[in-house]
Amino acid sequence: MRSDRLNRSPLGLKIAAAAGLAFMHVPILLIFLYAFTTEEKSYQFPPPGLTTQWLAVAWNRPDVWAALTLSVKVASIATTVALVLGTLCAAAVSQTRFFGRETISLLVILPIALPGIITGIALRSAFSMAEIPFSFWTIVLGHATFCIVVVYNNAVARFRRISGSLIEASMDLGADGFQTFRYIILPNIGTALLAGGMLAFALSFDEVIVTTFTAGQQSTLPIWMLEELIRPRQRPVTNVVAMIVVLVTFLPILGAYYLTRDGDQIAGAGK
Amino acid sequence: MTAVAEKLMLPEPRGPAGRLSDFFWKHPHVLLTVLLAPPLLWLGVVYIGSLFALLLQSFFSIDDFSGLINYEFTFATYRQLLSETNLDIILRTVSMAATVTVASALIAFPIAYYAARYAQGKWKVLFYLGVMLPLWSSYLVKIYAWKLILAKEGILTWLFEKLHLLWLLDAWLSLPVVGGNSLSVSYTGTFIVFVYVWMPFMILPIQAALERVPTNLIEASSDLGGTPAQTFRHVLFPLALPGIVAGSIFTFSLTLGDYIIPQIIGSSRLFIGQAVYAQQGTAGNIPLAAAFTVVPIVIMGAYLWMAKRMGAFDAL
Repeated sequence: MRSDRLNRSPLGLKIAAAAGLAFMHVPILLIFLYAFTTEEKSYQFPPPGLTTQWLAVAWNRPDVWAALTLSVKVASIATTVALVLGTLCAAAVSQTRFFGRETISLLVILPIALPGIITGIALRSAFSMAEIPFSFWTIVLGHATFCIVVVYNNAVARFRRISGSLIEASMDLGADGFQTFRYIILPNIGTALLAGGMLAFALSFDEVIVTTFTAGQQSTLPIWMLEELIRPRQRPVTNVVAMIVVLVTFLPILGAYYLTRDGDQIAGAGK
Repeated sequence: MTAVAEKLMLPEPRGPAGRLSDFFWKHPHVLLTVLLAPPLLWLGVVYIGSLFALLLQSFFSIDDFSGLINYEFTFATYRQLLSETNLDIILRTVSMAATVTVASALIAFPIAYYAARYAQGKWKVLFYLGVMLPLWSSYLVKIYAWKLILAKEGILTWLFEKLHLLWLLDAWLSLPVVGGNSLSVSYTGTFIVFVYVWMPFMILPIQAALERVPTNLIEASSDLGGTPAQTFRHVLFPLALPGIVAGSIFTFSLTLGDYIIPQIIGSSRLFIGQAVYAQQGTAGNIPLAAAFTVVPIVIMGAYLWMAKRMGAFDAL
């Protein structure tokens, strides 16, 4: 009886939770509707008519393609750097005990715990002091800095689940450290790294605050969007780009979820 | 005999990789250094170094006549920071961050509570993805969506019109402080967008805290005659508080430093982030911009210290 009563949720709670979720999703759904509107000059609702012509218009825009290519390149390299550095850091923190371990976690989290504008302006003034000109690589440097934490968090959680006895068993059977890494550790942390990498890619692909400070004259896709937001010039193209950005960021997030959801079944877990 | 035993104990040498591996095994500190050096060099030198360089600049001042930076140690920039206009900006930003945090907690709590206690199986997955997708989707696209919604010809005005409530919207917009010409140039608009963009960061920490509350604690409370309101007030809320505080770190910090949302949707009155951006960009006053960034750092430092004392970090 009792558990029956407890398992039924109060109506008020149900409504509040549903309203909250609707608040989170309806604005994103509107983006999809606006990508097909025939209205060019305003944000009129309801749309006077629907059309697919803007998809073709956006497809033939070289500036959109240039921004998209730059974003993908930056995100790929920043993700690679973050994967290496984040995994090294996670391995050190979870496999060994040393003085100042807590400080390392704080250091890794700092670039996203502090407001982005601080990271951005700090890097910008450091570049100008060191007389480094803005380039593709200054964007990558900024992005990799805050992407490390995503990889680190995923990897540390997985490292904690790998049983120490598995590694000892591998060593006892004659494998050296590299073989143990290759055949025992890597297969176990692989999906966590892939998930972390995907999230890092999504984070970098979408970043605008730090990028405005480290990009100079180049424009990544978010910077292109930001310019359109401040001074709307081609609303229909912006609508289509917004929809594509939503779709492109959804894929890595869904992928990351499916890769980490079976995290409880890692070999040696629960021992 | 011993030779055979030794041969059994010690495997064949396995080339340079094997020798390197043995070396690391015998000298774990070297391995640790090799592992930690690259990330520490990156974060410690590049990132922390830049931060310190920035802080250092706040102790320089700008020459009013030439507009050049005067590299002498001074507190003049901090005196400038404490002028009335700048204090106004700081106060405005902090109160906005606080309001956004409270509103986010109010909206996030029911979602987190439902997901933690009642959602099961397929629904639990749907809830999780339902939170994760908006949380991770593009920041600019989310702002853009609200530009569409809050525009005068947009869906919100249309909705109020259909419900015959336009008078209510107009009455709200004619209020001082929160009102304005239209929602997209008022504090109300800025507030809504801030809540929309940062609220999802609140849900998962609260959910994590609530999932750790044993069901029998709530049963015990109602067995002892507690009404649902009392149970919430004396059992559930105190146990969820570390999660709320953990989530509020994100909502508070992110609102504090944002300069894009108030620039696109809001009135012309500045927030800290916009002031920093304007000082370093058009005004070219890097020392004052640096001094401005110290404000969120100090506020967040105090906030994190408080949060740590409340045990919020275990809820992350």
